[in-house]
Amino acid sequence: MSTETSIQIPRTAYEVERFTLPNGLRVVLSPDRSAPVIGVAVVYDVGIRSEPEGRTGFAHLFEHLMFQGSANLEKLAHFRHVQGAGGTFNGSTHLDYTDYFETVPSNALERMLFLEADRMRGPRLTEENLKNQIDVVKEEIRVNVLNRPYGGFPWLKLPPVMFDTFPNAHDGYGSFSDLEAATVADAAEFFDRYYACGNATLSVSGDFDSAYARTLIERHFGDVPARPAPQLADFDEPDLTAERRESYVDRLAPLPAVASAWRVPNPITDFAGYLPYVVLAEVLTDGDASRLVERLVLKDRTVTSVGGYLGFMGEPFEVRDPTALLLQSHLPPGGSVDKVLVTIDEELDRLATDGLTPGELARTQARMATHLLRETDAVLGRALRMAVLELQRGNPGLLNDLPHLIAEVTEEQIRSAAAALRPHRRASIEVVPGGNQ
Amino acid sequence: MTTIALPELDETRPLSLPLQAERTLPNGLTVLAIRRPSVPLAEVRLRVPFARTELAEAAVLAQTLFSGTSTKTTVQIAADLQAVGGGLGAGIDPDRLLISGNSLVSGLDRLLELLAEVLHDAAYPEGEVATESERLADRIQVAQSQPAHLARVALLKRIYPGHPYAVQTPSVEEVRAVTPAGLRALHARRLHPAGATLVLVGDLDPEQAVEIAAKRLGGWDGRGETAELPPIPALTPGPLLLVDRPGAVQSSLRIALPAVPRTHPDHAALQLANMIFGGYFSSRWVENIREDKGYTYGPHSVIEHSVAGSTLTVSAEVATEVTAPALVETLYELGRIAALPVAEAELEQARQYTLGTLQLGMSTQAGLAGLASSYAGFGLRLTYLADYSERLVAATLEDVHRAAATYLAPAVAAPVILGDAEKIQAAVAAIVPVEVESKP
Repeated sequence: MSTETSIQIPRTAYEVERFTLPNGLRVVLSPDRSAPVIGVAVVYDVGIRSEPEGRTGFAHLFEHLMFQGSANLEKLAHFRHVQGAGGTFNGSTHLDYTDYFETVPSNALERMLFLEADRMRGPRLTEENLKNQIDVVKEEIRVNVLNRPYGGFPWLKLPPVMFDTFPNAHDGYGSFSDLEAATVADAAEFFDRYYACGNATLSVSGDFDSAYARTLIERHFGDVPARPAPQLADFDEPDLTAERRESYVDRLAPLPAVASAWRVPNPITDFAGYLPYVVLAEVLTDGDASRLVERLVLKDRTVTSVGGYLGFMGEPFEVRDPTALLLQSHLPPGGSVDKVLVTIDEELDRLATDGLTPGELARTQARMATHLLRETDAVLGRALRMAVLELQRGNPGLLNDLPHLIAEVTEEQIRSAAAALRPHRRASIEVVPGGNQ
Repeated sequence: MTTIALPELDETRPLSLPLQAERTLPNGLTVLAIRRPSVPLAEVRLRVPFARTELAEAAVLAQTLFSGTSTKTTVQIAADLQAVGGGLGAGIDPDRLLISGNSLVSGLDRLLELLAEVLHDAAYPEGEVATESERLADRIQVAQSQPAHLARVALLKRIYPGHPYAVQTPSVEEVRAVTPAGLRALHARRLHPAGATLVLVGDLDPEQAVEIAAKRLGGWDGRGETAELPPIPALTPGPLLLVDRPGAVQSSLRIALPAVPRTHPDHAALQLANMIFGGYFSSRWVENIREDKGYTYGPHSVIEHSVAGSTLTVSAEVATEVTAPALVETLYELGRIAALPVAEAELEQARQYTLGTLQLGMSTQAGLAGLASSYAGFGLRLTYLADYSERLVAATLEDVHRAAATYLAPAVAAPVILGDAEKIQAAVAAIVPVEVESKP
């Protein structure tokens, strides 16, 4: 049915230069002079899983505080200096890391390094800024979770079903009471413990000369006081031995939905065992020719959409253990969640037993190559991904290898991965519609 | 701690336009090919004028265009695209149908071949049309529970009375009534190359890419109808329209203001005035209602350009209990920029931001493809970026003040709030006259 000769997966040749400053800050440079822009990313090895009990949402709240000024920067100065240089900025909090980044015309390189170094030495933590940002974060949660249908589904709703320990199970956006209880002292302690330069990576990609960038990095980050990285916590939990399934009523949702997750091999220590699951998720759900879209959406019409991905925040190469393969479906009015889950089991069985059709794996891998290359076309996408690969794996150059590593995953590996997604290892969360009923 | 001075910016790198080629084929299709070799991919955008088509039919057509031909099923088309790392999808707005996709660059020829096949021979099979209509109906139902969607629906109705832009989402019933025959007729009538633009961006030789496009799409049938849109009605200021959403924990504040198209002499100055008011993070309004007051998370103010006219829209989701104070601050900032000149430093910062983000927008294949395609819908080319940059550089404090007084004044605003009327009506009515619309 499709062309039998499979297309050649191209290889990127991003330059990668790594070094570590005497204070422990790890640096990755990836020069590319093809457009006059640069991406700058600083990533700290702390995320939602590291926040203390009684302080849900703190890692994210702290991320906001990193924008509220530092030794040489008044409140609002960071934003004005980035945007006044023609650039954009943001930060985001993930399960295992927190990132801060800018995309700017390349003439602003030194200014960005100055801004990041200044807050790496320490943010201005004041009562007023804390109170203001607690209010802002509460509005963020209202926009993204409380005032919309399917808010937090499934990334906030499924972890507590699958996991038993606080780091893995709790609500990473935080409860309003925990957020309101946060103090300046908490923030200072969090900074001291986790925001050490030995616990961070700096990555710059785009239009610059490496030697010049290195000089500037040494100038601005060289005197950030050395502090060691905290011991990396082990968040492992035993795999499920019996199926778990819960449901909740979403008062704004008009239609049912369900998401399931299965644990997968350790993405860092068993990358070769993990990769087949990344490909399996796409075999199952990427496009109209994927297994579950064809079966559930087009043939049975038991769901209106189905998606599959690795990691609760959908970032297969930026997450540590424990993590999961997720499948989520939205159902038509009156749709049966049971039926959907049974059909998914059937399709997984069929894949494990009968294997793939000719060309099915190769075309999935080709499309994955396009997705991967596309994400790294922007200088910032490259800088961010390299920063996290350096942080978690000490291997930013993996970015160049990923399309080929994915293309090397075999049919046998896909079948084994599919065979491992058994109902007794599954955790599911169902959205019961409460809207317009 | 020691004080370190803010580093100066290095010399600005000039705006440079990428290598490109353009040709209008005998069937009326304009092909624009742009070289950006950053990754070995190609981005594809085919923009077809689609104004004045029936809403539900156009929406379902976009969902079913790739649902089979006389010789291929949905799954076969998708698999053939995937085989070259490709994917294609379609979307509509009141101006156009836009087919968007990408593939490994070595698969561009094949992707265009498949695109041509669909354009010639889309079958709109009964079963697939039924499935996709139901899926679309479900999505519309979900959208109707989303405050951002409901606020937009109310705003469009308020500001475009009697114009095709007034309603941009079909009803569930209209979608369910769409038939395969209707889709085939719409395709035959309107899906034509005349006036359409194909944009190709990627690691490609522009002349060669144009050749490939001519080979694959030169045979696309050139006949068909076109339709013109009347200009949008002038914005009529008036009472604040309060749309009730009982139980909402936030209010969705929207304010429409008049704007001008990209080619208008006031455009650059208005863009800068809007930036200074609320168009980026370091604006007066965002610093006020977010960073000072904590009323909101992501307020924004943007100029939206459509073929029939341009409108400036101010948007914020604010906590229910601070709805009235947030409105007060918003009207204050609009009034302040309309009444008083902006400071030199504010203008310079907004100018640098606007110029810089033009560079950023051009630095990816997808960014370039999006820009080139939307500009083409207004008869513009990427060279417009150079003219626009010059006008941004030339805009004076007086130009910006004049633009602000003309377009950002509270007196010309059309405000809408979606929220829990029982909780907010009295407080909002103390600020401005209010007209209430009960449950959306």
